[in-house]
Amino acid sequence: MGRFSGFGITIRQVGKVVTGDYPKTKRPKPTRFHGRHVLNRYEDGMEKCIGCELCAGVCPARCIYVRGADNPVDAPVSPGERYGFVYEINYLRCIHCDLCVEACPTEAITETKLFEFSFTNRQDAIYTKSELLVDDQGRARRQPWELWLGGEDDETSAWMRATAPSGQAEFEGRIGWSGELGFGVREPEQGQTAPEPLEPEVDPADGHGHGHHADPGHGGGH
Amino acid sequence: MSPILGADPLFSDGIDTTVVLIVIVKTIIVFAILLVAVMFYVWFMRKVIADMQNRIGPQKAGPFGAFQTLADGIKLFFKEQSSPTSADPPVFKLAPYLAIIPAFLAFAIVPIGGVVTVAGHETYLQLADPGIGVLWLLMMSGIGLYGVMLAGWASGSKYPLLGSVRASAQLLSYEAALGLAIVGVLVHTGSLSTRTIVDQQAWDGVGSAFSQWYWLPAIGAFVIFCISAIAETNHPPFDLVEAEQELVGGFHTEYTGIRFAIFFLAEFMNVITMSAIAVTLFLGGPSGPALGFLSADSWVNVWVMPVFWFTLKVLVLLYATVWVRATLPRLRYDQLMSLGWKYLIELAFLWAMISAVVVVGADQGWNRWVVVPSAIFGAGIILAVLWACIPRRGESVEEIR
Repeated sequence: MGRFSGFGITIRQVGKVVTGDYPKTKRPKPTRFHGRHVLNRYEDGMEKCIGCELCAGVCPARCIYVRGADNPVDAPVSPGERYGFVYEINYLRCIHCDLCVEACPTEAITETKLFEFSFTNRQDAIYTKSELLVDDQGRARRQPWELWLGGEDDETSAWMRATAPSGQAEFEGRIGWSGELGFGVREPEQGQTAPEPLEPEVDPADGHGHGHHADPGHGGGH
Repeated sequence: MSPILGADPLFSDGIDTTVVLIVIVKTIIVFAILLVAVMFYVWFMRKVIADMQNRIGPQKAGPFGAFQTLADGIKLFFKEQSSPTSADPPVFKLAPYLAIIPAFLAFAIVPIGGVVTVAGHETYLQLADPGIGVLWLLMMSGIGLYGVMLAGWASGSKYPLLGSVRASAQLLSYEAALGLAIVGVLVHTGSLSTRTIVDQQAWDGVGSAFSQWYWLPAIGAFVIFCISAIAETNHPPFDLVEAEQELVGGFHTEYTGIRFAIFFLAEFMNVITMSAIAVTLFLGGPSGPALGFLSADSWVNVWVMPVFWFTLKVLVLLYATVWVRATLPRLRYDQLMSLGWKYLIELAFLWAMISAVVVVGADQGWNRWVVVPSAIFGAGIILAVLWACIPRRGESVEEIR
């Protein structure tokens, strides 16, 4: 009956459906899905970006353009000396490798799970800082050419790095989470373990001008 | 009884205005039924295939995507019509209508219900019951072939030509098997009239579905009819006429807009007609159990139930067609020809002969335990001779020049 066994194969599929009702309903995306970026802010509303340009330096596609500037004394943008006052990512070049996220010493840039965007001109493809920066609730700002539904931006920060927020050697191998606007401190992901609270003596608060905003106590000690 | 108008009691008292009106209304209804049925079938086919491929299928246009075909039709209607510079314009324009008109006409002989009374006139729920009966089907599918053939020829382009050559060879080959399979039923019925055939398969308890309906007494003819009907309608796995990988679109490659839609319509209309004819010949047509709690002459039992049973049977056959379509890959052209000429025609022929012997034997009161084995034995000898004549692989065959 080998020649007719195909009929059994097709009839057994009746009633099974694997395709979804996209885009009305979407499947949950993998935990570490690499979507478009957001620039995060601290819970107090301060921007995390310090304009260090490490992301631009590490970017293999050369799609990030950053210019830092000194914080205005009377109205500081970020908790530190400098902030990124120009921040652009060209999504016609970005390969979503996440190396910028790895490089960022302050977890300012993370990748979301939002990926459904299509542009009709090249200007739209270059996301500027106002488009990348999260809003006052800490959610990604939806651009007119992006197709995502409410709730899809819930897990806006894609993933955390294995190194500490300060980027210092003492924290290597320890997972650090810093508080984020709208999301607070993240729970450890599957397969990760929460680190012990960081010891006060390794706090590098003194000695460095920018030590304040890189304070691990800001996040990891939450 | 008029040989052209058939045995419909509508014409027994002469033809007056009411009779003409009834005929016109019936014509319009059959026309509408076919159009709606094609719309439904295309949607049904896409849904069922999607179901068998773990997909959802059309779902946006209307409830469950039911208006998808309508939307496609409207789109095709408003599309630009182009024709190649090398085309033969009059024939190019004529061909789609040569395909669609026989497709409509073929359905005319299908009884979709019983005998009803309209405005004091008794009439059959079928458009026409000509004396030539099922031969009408063969005639119409033969004429429909011209549409396909001329479309390919008039396109002035090579792929349509190749497609139409394939189509004419295929339809010609399988028409023989189809006709011989019908003969396998006709020896039982003794009549060509579809109404007579349906009346002979009247419902009389569950047993009559096995003894009266011809699918079991003529099981060989039924199987051959189904296979060759699929081939005759160019449905997969016999859709070599429009094998995309080889012929782009086959005979309708150069057609656009509403002319293409007409070919499309004709093709699916033929599938529905073939299913309806199979139901008529083998599955009892509109016969089926009436609702017992209502009186036999209530309008439900007279009008609704026969149409319901007919529709249900057609749907079962259409589902089977789609099932085949979803399962089997396309045949190679030599496989198609070998299946048709080496197997189906021979088997249909032998089946018709055995049936004839059995039917005559029953008629004459011969001992069936002698008649049936000897008929099968004789058929076996003929089959063996035919089998020995078929060239084997690697055997050299002298070509006829």
